[in-house]
Amino acid sequence: MEILVILVPLALMLGGAGLVAFLWSLRSGQYDDLDGAAWRAISDDDDETRSLQPGAAASSAKDWPRPRAR
Amino acid sequence: MQVTRDFSHYVRDAGEGVQHIDLAVEGVHCAGCMAKIERGLSAIPDVTLARVNLTDHRVALEWKAGTLDPGRFIDRLEELGYKAYPFETESAEVAEVAESRFLLRCLGVAAFATMNVMMLSIPVWSGNVSDMLPEQRDFFHWLSALIALPAAAYAGQPFFRSAWRALSAKTTNMDVPISIGVILALGMSVVETIHHAEHAYFDAAIMLLTFLLVGRFLDQNMRRRTRAVAGNLAALKAETAAKFVGPDEISQVPVAAIHPGDIVLLRPGERCAVDGTVIEGRSEIDQSLITGETLYVTAEQGTPVYAGSMNISGSLRVRVAAASEATLLAEITRLLDHALQARSRYMRLADRASRLYAPVVHATALLTILGWVIAGASWHDAIVTGVAVLIITCPCALGLAIPTVQTVASGAMFKAGVLLNAGDAIERLAEADHVIFDKTGTLTLPDLEVMNAADIPADIFALAGRLALSSHHPVAAAVAQAAGAKSPIVGAVEESGQGVRATVDGVELRLGRPSFCGAETLVGGATLDPEASIVAFSKGNEKFILSVRQGLRPDAQAVITALKARNIGIEILSGDREPAVQAAAHVLGIPEWRAGVTPADKIARIEQLKQRGAKMLMVGDGMNDAPSLAAAHVSMSPISAAHLSQATADLVFLGRPLVPVVAAIDASRKALHLMRQNLWLAIGYNVLAVPVAISGVVTPLIAAAAMSGSSILVMLNSLRARSASREIV
Repeated sequence: MEILVILVPLALMLGGAGLVAFLWSLRSGQYDDLDGAAWRAISDDDDETRSLQPGAAASSAKDWPRPRAR
Repeated sequence: MQVTRDFSHYVRDAGEGVQHIDLAVEGVHCAGCMAKIERGLSAIPDVTLARVNLTDHRVALEWKAGTLDPGRFIDRLEELGYKAYPFETESAEVAEVAESRFLLRCLGVAAFATMNVMMLSIPVWSGNVSDMLPEQRDFFHWLSALIALPAAAYAGQPFFRSAWRALSAKTTNMDVPISIGVILALGMSVVETIHHAEHAYFDAAIMLLTFLLVGRFLDQNMRRRTRAVAGNLAALKAETAAKFVGPDEISQVPVAAIHPGDIVLLRPGERCAVDGTVIEGRSEIDQSLITGETLYVTAEQGTPVYAGSMNISGSLRVRVAAASEATLLAEITRLLDHALQARSRYMRLADRASRLYAPVVHATALLTILGWVIAGASWHDAIVTGVAVLIITCPCALGLAIPTVQTVASGAMFKAGVLLNAGDAIERLAEADHVIFDKTGTLTLPDLEVMNAADIPADIFALAGRLALSSHHPVAAAVAQAAGAKSPIVGAVEESGQGVRATVDGVELRLGRPSFCGAETLVGGATLDPEASIVAFSKGNEKFILSVRQGLRPDAQAVITALKARNIGIEILSGDREPAVQAAAHVLGIPEWRAGVTPADKIARIEQLKQRGAKMLMVGDGMNDAPSLAAAHVSMSPISAAHLSQATADLVFLGRPLVPVVAAIDASRKALHLMRQNLWLAIGYNVLAVPVAISGVVTPLIAAAAMSGSSILVMLNSLRARSASREIV
């Protein structure tokens, strides 16, 4: 039963990490446009449109639309 | 005179030498549009961000400060085939967005805590029937407390605040029993844990909060979404005014950037966007959106004009007044304030239910405690059982019963073209048994139509339409639109106050007053609609007359029939003249009508009907309707309505047909039915669960299972509000 000392904090940490990730995604405005996000995931265009490239968008936090009410 | 567009009012500084603007865009529906717009705008040099929000139909744009004129983005979007206009977030929408985020954060925290507490609870439940040591159980309970207490303190805020507000105002609402239940459950669990007891209810308390937050978030999100749509529609109306920035120089600026004392130019065919007084010029104005009166009024120096008036013939200079200066507005505002105060007394179904529910539940818990003490149990055991009764009756399902239906129903209404302004509008609309219509702009369409287009040869009509393109007169605009004219006739000359003329292939064409076209005899001979404006068209010696008026909404008659079939009383209250109202009432088959009614008269009539116990739905668009919209039990406005009316109405409907009125009534009746059903389901569940709780055999496992079971049942029942409504008319 000593394993609990490791497992319980580990489980809580994992849960906590999930919560932090959620709060971060909320803060960075990823829930502002759920319809658009669904389409962006499957949009397959090849040209270098900055705002359509998920990698480019994530690389600089500035590309996410900031919360409107700031 | 030079005209420039000035959007600087909407531009924000986004820091680091970057400027930001939000545009509302019409017609963005798919990934294709999104990619097209983003690519098209990013191609403009110096644009650093172009991002479409498909949910809200908006575009966020950023560019290097000072390099670009925002007007260019709008032109670019127009080239791409989208109508766009800068957007300023209303304070109401900002508040909704902030509230929505806060609820989502609470929900995230509560869901996290529920999952982790459950992870600790399940070993305890299974351990209780096997070989768990009491020390291990205590350890798990303490861990649960560590997670649940801070999480509940944070995620419970929406409920605690609302309950506190209600209690401070010496009333009660649904959040009061919820808060009491949660706090007692947590408090008792802590005490039990300290005493090494077998049962703790951390899981039930935090799960309750999670379920309720789901309901509340859905409700809030739907409201935020309708608010965004309404905001976009307002922005796309692109209300601008030609403001004098120099003695002879005017700039087209958004209305929001105009201040009292500014002087604006009102050209023929323009709708006035401000309230003010005429300081120069002479014209006829159409004030039907203000007073319901369709006859034109003469405006000259000193005449007050209101936002929404249409200028017909000449140019006017208008000095912008502060809102309170205009006398009509002041009167309407006074009536409106009065009516709004009266309306805020309405008590929502959820609060009525909890007013009955809370005392019964709390009394049951108290009786349980006393009963067990009398039966010989210890005080500790009796109190534990009493709190278990509170936990199991905690109105989880009751708290979800109404918001879930509301969310689903408002989604269905949204599809039917109805936006909800007020949270409790559905409940009130469902009770309506009497509809009062305004005539002008509500039963009739706000724009002019050519009534006798079928009597005129198609080629002649097309020619008249092309000629009409050269005139600013609203009647001419209606002719041009009806004829679908695209290319104006080159060399057409407008004679102010008379009409337009042009010569094509040596034949003179004229469109305008009958006297201008030499068609007086035709007008004298025909039996004419008293409502209509008559314009004449002449091609050489051939002469025709066109009758232009505000037509009834295409489905008005069908809607009236549908309302009658639902046993709803119908009445017209209009500020327009008697013949006009009588004609409309006759066509639609409405026996009850009143004409020439003032705002105060309208309210008086509504009060009179209220005395008889009728629940009124008022449908109106004019500024003169605003007070009666507020005074009625529930109210509705078309999207073309005056600002004040639209802001006052509980519901706003889009488009040309009138059918959303019936659709909204049907949807809300169905929703109310489901709300009641849900309340009964929730109560039925309590009736089954309470005896179990009173008998003292409830374990946390039973509480958790019962709570999620009833919540899911209620949510599933709510989804029935989605099903397609039957054919309406």
